[in-house]
Amino acid sequence: MDFQSCVNIKKEWDIVGARQLGRDISRKIGFGTVDQARIATTISELARNIYLYAGTGKVCFEALEDMNKKGIRIVATDDGPGIQDISQVMEDGFTTSGGLGAGLPGVKRLMDSFDIVSTEEEGTEISVVKWLR
Amino acid sequence: MSTLKLDLENYKELLQEYIKTKDEQALYQAEQFSKHSMQQNISPEEIINVHIQSLQEIYPDMPEYIQSSMNFLLETMISYGLAYQEFQTLREKQLELKSEISVAANMQKTLLSTVKPDLSDIDVGALSVPAKQMNGDYHHFVEDGKGNLGIAVADVIGKGVPAALCMSMIKYSMDSFSGIRTDPSVILGNLNRVVERNVDASMFITMFYGLYNSNDHTFTYSSAGHEPGFYYYKDRDEFEEIDVPGLVLGVSPEVSYKQYEKRVEKGDMIILLTDGVTECRQGDRFIDQEEILHVIKQYSHLPAQGIVDQVYKHFERLQDFQLRDDFTLIILRRNV
Repeated sequence: MDFQSCVNIKKEWDIVGARQLGRDISRKIGFGTVDQARIATTISELARNIYLYAGTGKVCFEALEDMNKKGIRIVATDDGPGIQDISQVMEDGFTTSGGLGAGLPGVKRLMDSFDIVSTEEEGTEISVVKWLR
Repeated sequence: MSTLKLDLENYKELLQEYIKTKDEQALYQAEQFSKHSMQQNISPEEIINVHIQSLQEIYPDMPEYIQSSMNFLLETMISYGLAYQEFQTLREKQLELKSEISVAANMQKTLLSTVKPDLSDIDVGALSVPAKQMNGDYHHFVEDGKGNLGIAVADVIGKGVPAALCMSMIKYSMDSFSGIRTDPSVILGNLNRVVERNVDASMFITMFYGLYNSNDHTFTYSSAGHEPGFYYYKDRDEFEEIDVPGLVLGVSPEVSYKQYEKRVEKGDMIILLTDGVTECRQGDRFIDQEEILHVIKQYSHLPAQGIVDQVYKHFERLQDFQLRDDFTLIILRRNV
């Protein structure tokens, strides 16, 4: 009933690949244009974080189907340096990329649920879910 | 969701009307629509989506390239929407901070409050106005009931919250000294030790402490690097700077402050201030000492409080009602 697919992030170009796959999956699930764009932006942010700060990692997609709702889960995993102070990166106005990215607070706003686990020297896993309304 | 749908109908009708009539009224309603949407936290991409849907309904055979171009526009608006939401959150946070600071400023006012003495022999005027919400200047009056009036004026180098926190400490140390000995040199020496021990080395506090003895009309004083005050001789109608040496508080643990004494004649004035007064600026120009003394002289027929108030009004206006530094001015005049 659900399937999972991943895109490895190694170079900047892979961000586009991840967006494309994520958009295709969300369209199949039934998301409208606005939500597709939001999902694509989320994927960009997560993939770019991997590319910029961890070097390599992957972004995986999972179509969710519950009794009465459908949605998409996106999981971004890397084995980079990890995030020291998660509260700080989740704070509005804090950004390391010169204010141009939506940052993790932006991702949280675009999605319905957001979870992050990070261990120093081991890596970071960010998992977000968007439900179809 | 239901309100958004309702708005879609509304938007479609407005759009249709505008395309048909090019009427200003429809544009005015569009403005209302956008304000309403902002109130409802509707982001720009959602408005574009409403636009796309309206177009589709009005022109069912809309060319495919228009549709694609609209989707393209929608995609470019996502980040603007996020930035807008972030801005909203930051604005709320700012309001929260502002109200917190104003609570703190009120607390500070209560903590540092001092009662202007009401004495028959000397007329006292005092005013302290912070540049920001919290005051980094401090002044305090102590009466001992035996005809002595202690006057402290202090300035923390710096403004705002850190300066204000620092001042609260000074006030409590002063309170704990009261009743022991009131010699200005001793008080400054004791405060210096407290500041040296408790305050970060990057923070400097200057202070002037004076003691007016109304029995023999002498004024005894010491200064810890504080902005020089002025002495006005009534008989000669002249001002003289009260500039005495002394190290600012907190630099070195053991400092002894020299003490000076002056006999005060009838009608003479003692003017104490902080650098917020002497460093008033008009545009890029610092005002000079002469100007302050000139203004004081101009109002010298008023009671001490009147002079202080008028001097403040004068410089407030000169600075376009935007103080750059905390402003404290105290004037004492021997009446009898």
